[in-house]
Amino acid sequence: MPDSSDVASGAVVTLSGVSRAFNTAGGPVQALDNVDAIITRGRVTGLIGPDGAGKTTLMRLISGLLMPDTGSVNTLGFDVKEQPLQVQASMCYMPQRFGLYEDLTVQENLDLYADLQQLPYAGRPERYAELMHMTGLAAFAARLAGQLSGGMKQKLGLACTLVGSPKLLLLDEPTAGVDPVSRRELWEIVYRQVSKTGMSVVFSTAYLDEAERCDEVLLLHQGRLLGQDTPAAFSSRMQGRTWHRSLDEGVSKRALQHRLSQLPGVIDTTIQGEQIRLVMAADTAAPDEANLQATPPRFEDAFIAMLGGADTAAIVSDQQPVHIRTTDNDQLPVIEVSGLTRNFGTFQAVKGIDFSIRRGEVFGLLGANGAGKSTTFRMLCGLLPASHGELTVAGVNLREAPSSARSRIGYMSQRFSLYGSLSVLENMRFFSSAYGLGRQQRKMRIDWACKQFELGEVIATAANDLPLGYKQRLAMACALLHEPDILFLDEPTSGVDPLARREFWHRINLLAEQGVTVLVTTHFMEEAEYCDRLVIMAEGTILAAGTPHDIRMEAAATGRPADTMEDAFITLIHRQPEFATA
Amino acid sequence: MNAAHLNEGGISAMRLRGLMRKEFLQILRDPSSIAIAFVLPVILLLLFGYGVSLDAKHVPIALVVDEPGAATASFTGSFRHLPYFDPLTLPDMRSAEIAMREGRVEAIVHLRTDFGRKLYQPGGTPVQIIVNGVNANTGRLILGYGSGIWINWLHQYAQINHIHLPASVQVEQRVWFNSELRSRNYLVPGLIAVIMTLIGALLTALVVAREWERGTMEALMATPVTMNEIIIGKMAPYFVLGSGGMLISVGMAVWLFDVPLRGSIWLLFGVAALFLLVALGMGLLISTLARNQFVASQIALIVTFLPAFLLSGFIFEISSMPQVVQIITHIIPARYFVALLQTLFMAGDIWSVIWPNALALAVMALIFLVLVRRISRKRLD
Repeated sequence: MPDSSDVASGAVVTLSGVSRAFNTAGGPVQALDNVDAIITRGRVTGLIGPDGAGKTTLMRLISGLLMPDTGSVNTLGFDVKEQPLQVQASMCYMPQRFGLYEDLTVQENLDLYADLQQLPYAGRPERYAELMHMTGLAAFAARLAGQLSGGMKQKLGLACTLVGSPKLLLLDEPTAGVDPVSRRELWEIVYRQVSKTGMSVVFSTAYLDEAERCDEVLLLHQGRLLGQDTPAAFSSRMQGRTWHRSLDEGVSKRALQHRLSQLPGVIDTTIQGEQIRLVMAADTAAPDEANLQATPPRFEDAFIAMLGGADTAAIVSDQQPVHIRTTDNDQLPVIEVSGLTRNFGTFQAVKGIDFSIRRGEVFGLLGANGAGKSTTFRMLCGLLPASHGELTVAGVNLREAPSSARSRIGYMSQRFSLYGSLSVLENMRFFSSAYGLGRQQRKMRIDWACKQFELGEVIATAANDLPLGYKQRLAMACALLHEPDILFLDEPTSGVDPLARREFWHRINLLAEQGVTVLVTTHFMEEAEYCDRLVIMAEGTILAAGTPHDIRMEAAATGRPADTMEDAFITLIHRQPEFATA
Repeated sequence: MNAAHLNEGGISAMRLRGLMRKEFLQILRDPSSIAIAFVLPVILLLLFGYGVSLDAKHVPIALVVDEPGAATASFTGSFRHLPYFDPLTLPDMRSAEIAMREGRVEAIVHLRTDFGRKLYQPGGTPVQIIVNGVNANTGRLILGYGSGIWINWLHQYAQINHIHLPASVQVEQRVWFNSELRSRNYLVPGLIAVIMTLIGALLTALVVAREWERGTMEALMATPVTMNEIIIGKMAPYFVLGSGGMLISVGMAVWLFDVPLRGSIWLLFGVAALFLLVALGMGLLISTLARNQFVASQIALIVTFLPAFLLSGFIFEISSMPQVVQIITHIIPARYFVALLQTLFMAGDIWSVIWPNALALAVMALIFLVLVRRISRKRLD
């Protein structure tokens, strides 16, 4: 029987002195360190923290899939050590990679979870109808789960976890990689359930704007609970420390951002539309800058400040700029694409798109999973032949001479393509020899990479044992060893926490300032602000193209507000006639 | 929610049905498990049934007759009428030796000068058989058949000519259980054991690892499902699938390869069910430990298929193995199944063979299932 005192106090989860360590190849790791917290019933609680903070471990402990080393976890009145099955019978947990059976249909997946939750047959038709309606999956009941889009898969996962009307719902990064429209719809479903049934929800996320939606936030960092409060209370701690700096005539956004990031007392800079947002350290006066304007703080500011700020000060301009081939005419586009099409059987992944990229531009390719970004990207890199259309990279037609273009391209893939068992140095040696660098040049470039990407202290560590942020740096270093003048980055920030993402964009900015052309794909809409120009893709076509400013204006012209790129994206995608049915 | 249902040992019919239906749907949609259960046995049986034969048939041999006569003609004639040999008559030993070197013949049967006279001399050796020893098995068979033909011929020759031959040792040969001495008759039942090992272990080795790889296991574990339900939900569908494979194999053995089935069919399927439990248990154990499909399939091949192939007595006689290896064969489940199958197919319901072997299988099935149950815990660490 549930402990009556807990029920009375309204606690759905009580953590007291919870610690949990894991043995890894690189020695023991303390995933959670003496965490005390009470999660309140009937609320939406966010677990926020950078990669490796212990969010997933905490969820698994709450659901009784892991046991704490010390301390106790009480979920819904049951001690998870004593009665894990009772816990699992009244809650639902949706892991990061939710286990949908991809070879089962939508309906069959629902049936399975209804059986597992022992939902009586009598109540099923009604519950199914409700869930199908809520998730918009009714039309796809007979479709295999593997053939759903990323957003629909997550919705089905949510429907499966909700089928037994749980009292507690745990969601581990439910919106990772999901397009903005589906992301909003997912949250609508969750909040509707909370208000209707009084269900409690605990979720983790890498999107800091989602933290603002929670009733309460648990801020985790390196296994410790840094704070537990409402998002507004977190933000209010930053009162008077946040500023907007508008642009100067003739100075690029990136250059201004870089300069501001180097000022004393500045802990965070982000590009926001036509302004740079500044966050100052505590008790530091605003910098002596023109065009400065106070702006209300956000949760994200508190997050960055509590975690000590992004380490961008160390990222300084390179002494030895990337060698740019000057024989090319600067006026010609570096990459030119026209009528690019790719078919997979009867399915058209990319439907005849056109764009061109100039030298030294940061060009963004945005879109949800399945929009055709990666396919376009692979064709540009020469990894996948185009079905139709023309494709010129660095003045070379990719259909005729793909290999000569490839030596001028640096490529970093979504999964980083590192050799996990090789050390950082061995990875760099391998990639430099793969690109055919001589001994002298190889040594020079590896020294450069160690300095530029601060890899010196982890030089002997195996790539698998690196934190994700370091892996990303190493992958980028490897892509730059042969001094390419075009850099292709495929979802470089996917799964990387906000701190590492900030560092990453600082590096990209510097490279672009040195004249490297960067083509980058991302599903983080706010990262679009770092691009000079971008295209938004949906269903294999280009939805909008231009500078971030142009795209926001285009969306605003429809009459809806488009303050952020995400708003703009959603507005533009709703403008599509075929979207109305989906 | 009734808390009494929720102990580790509990089983809910609704959840079990849900899990089993899911497994069957996955089997139907994923052709690979159907291929393992139904196509693999057919291919292996065809390959081994036709490809591996330990019988000699139509072996090319050279006949060299130094001094042709009535007796030699009668003797060489007996070689021509048997299906075992394809004789080639050559004029002298020189050309016969060349033919042997070139691999055109496997043996030379040399009828020396004075064949007719030496027949009547005690200790006379009128016939020489030279065998290519490179293929030891075929070599031994040729020698065996050759001397058999010689003895038969001598016997007949003596009877027809009403003479007493000093060399005629009367050998009476009787072969029991496999009177035609067809190697297929004992190879095919043994092969079924090897196939069932492979099917059983491979089927389950892949499926649990697949759930870990695709992340479905974590979601499954977060539901109130019990480990017993997960294990039964995995075993039952693949037991059905494996039984189908067994049915196909037995059908092919009886109707395609004409292997006699002298024992009871019910007994045959009874022991097959027992063995299938062992094989599925091994597969589940591997899968639970490996959590990775590639590793699991490699381990399954190495620890189940290879020993079953080499150490079960299917091809290589256990009693002629070194003592240490003979002891090791006792932990190979296929050993007991091979003995059971060979007995049931060729000899019949010999209870003194069936009881101990079936008991050994039952003990092994129990051990594997208990092991699987003990290492499968509803935890992620």
